[in-house]
Amino acid sequence: MEIVIAVAIGVLFGSGLWLVLRPRTFQLITGLLLMSYAVNLFIFIMGRLWVDAPPLTLGDGPPDPSAYADPLPQALVLTAIVIGFATTALYLVVMIGSRGLTGTDHVDGEEGDE
Amino acid sequence: MSLPSWMQHLILVPVLLPLLCGALLLPLNESHHRLKYGVNFASVLGLLATALVLMGMADGEQWPTGIGVYLAANWAAPFGIALVADRLAALMLLLAAVLALAALVYSAQRWSRVGVHFHSLFQFLLMGVNGAFLTHDLFNLFVFFEVMLAASYGLLLHGYNTTRIRAGLQYIAVNLAASLFFLIGTALIYASTGTLNMADLAVRVPALTGTDVVLLEVGVAVLAIAFLVKSAMWPLGFWLPTTYAAASPPVAAMLVLMTKVGAYAILRLWLLLFSDEAGAAAGFGYEALLWGGMATILFGAAGLLASEVPGRLAGYGAIVSSGTLLAVVGYGQPALVTAGLYYLLGSTMAMAAFMLLIELIERIRSPGAALLAVTMEAFAIEEKPDEPVGVGIPGALAFLGLAFAGCALIIAGLPPLSGFVAKFGLFHALLNWGPDAAVTPYSWALMGLILFSGLAAIIALMRFGVRTFWAAGAVMPPRLQPTEVLPVGLLLLLCVGLTVAAGPVFGYLERTSADLHRPGQYIDSVLSAPVVPGVAGGRAANVPEVGQ
Repeated sequence: MEIVIAVAIGVLFGSGLWLVLRPRTFQLITGLLLMSYAVNLFIFIMGRLWVDAPPLTLGDGPPDPSAYADPLPQALVLTAIVIGFATTALYLVVMIGSRGLTGTDHVDGEEGDE
Repeated sequence: MSLPSWMQHLILVPVLLPLLCGALLLPLNESHHRLKYGVNFASVLGLLATALVLMGMADGEQWPTGIGVYLAANWAAPFGIALVADRLAALMLLLAAVLALAALVYSAQRWSRVGVHFHSLFQFLLMGVNGAFLTHDLFNLFVFFEVMLAASYGLLLHGYNTTRIRAGLQYIAVNLAASLFFLIGTALIYASTGTLNMADLAVRVPALTGTDVVLLEVGVAVLAIAFLVKSAMWPLGFWLPTTYAAASPPVAAMLVLMTKVGAYAILRLWLLLFSDEAGAAAGFGYEALLWGGMATILFGAAGLLASEVPGRLAGYGAIVSSGTLLAVVGYGQPALVTAGLYYLLGSTMAMAAFMLLIELIERIRSPGAALLAVTMEAFAIEEKPDEPVGVGIPGALAFLGLAFAGCALIIAGLPPLSGFVAKFGLFHALLNWGPDAAVTPYSWALMGLILFSGLAAIIALMRFGVRTFWAAGAVMPPRLQPTEVLPVGLLLLLCVGLTVAAGPVFGYLERTSADLHRPGQYIDSVLSAPVVPGVAGGRAANVPEVGQ
């Protein structure tokens, strides 16, 4: 299972990276989104892969750590998703503003000499 | 010595006060401008006072070992998030408050009114910066970085025009990508060590073996990319000159501070995690920082010589100063860090003053440019800002000339101002860093580069000064308002103060640098910080109570 997840993250991040290096703002933001999905998944699996293990449960007596998934990466990934979502939304606004003011969707705000 | 219980909470004030003020100002619309400005101003003054008190506490006898630890929600470290105020953090808080005060006073005349929510964004920026200085948890550092960056995106676009939005588009894209690297680095560090608390990390790093060391080193290297993008190390700093040149002057002054946040994070992490006691990972990355820093100085110096526009000139100046700091950290000698911190103080304030001054100097060239009618209309702001009519200050041209000369002397590092003292300190440390150690080729290379960057700065600034003040056709004495002159004067006077009081300042910085190079004491203070007994959260911790 590890190899499947690793390849999936790699493909996501690689596609994102390629798109980020493209000259149009739409490609750029799509690239950033793909990269942030990849990173979120990456954080998530840093607590190692667990099957059928709850992160936290209420119970009697001291818990047995080996029966639970690591809850911290799950908390981290939630925060990262929220922050990533907010900043991407903000970027979208700037992108639209740039399109309106400069009349082009090139990242330099002007067309190159193509 | 015990403290009154409320004093313990002072560490939280630099984060909480701007958060509350910024939130409070959000619902008010721009017609309450005076009120908003007043709240913002009061908050900045509060931050300044808090920073001074914290500095006194860190340097005094109040805290054992001079390190104040605040356990958020009463969770013992390393389980909860700890805020730590030591000498370095207090110093940086003070620097942030001083720059904020200068930028805010400067913005009173016009800039705070050319767009909406300037004051809220300003407060949130301060919250992010202060939080990044205080926090002791890597993921929390990420959160504060994002708060700071989100506010800076808004501030950069403040006074919305085509140049700013073009620069903003690239600045935001670069920083979003850098944030992703921050997350990858954090995740890798957690995977290899199982903790994100910096003190706990420093405890666990020496015990790592085999592949975990590799994983940690990869993680820290990826994390460092995020910091190095902020501090504009070559080749990660191409965004900086364009951004600085596009930002409005008070915002540019705050951006100068933000590059230093990256350098601060590097300094703190490296000296804590990769000290000599760090086992297999000891000394990791120092050489990369040294080479990167030197390349950055070279790049900045070349940029200084090549730039025509004063805004870009200032941007490359900031890159040189960042590069010097990174090289100093990479060199890894306590005495050098002392001088480096002194250099950081002087160069940050001078650079911020220069950012503010540029706009005033530009008025000599084009008197009409002072009016921002277009932006005002674009935002449909009802209340027109006070036009710069009425009596300006007398001797405007003399002031501009003197202030410019002052900035140039500090940035280029010529006597008699603080830039010279800083460079002298750096060279002294480079030449005498051990009782019997020979001066290495690295030292010579670094000294040569610092001298070369000083030369480049003086050539570039002189060229600009001569063209502006002497060779310009008809020089009109511009009309300057007291609120525009005061902050520039204040920052430069502080630099003069730094020079005059170089002895005591160096004393404080030596203690700071000694603390940084004794990570053991720092780690103990954080990990043994007592929880408040009998309060929720305190029960969960199994840390023995220590009498205060």
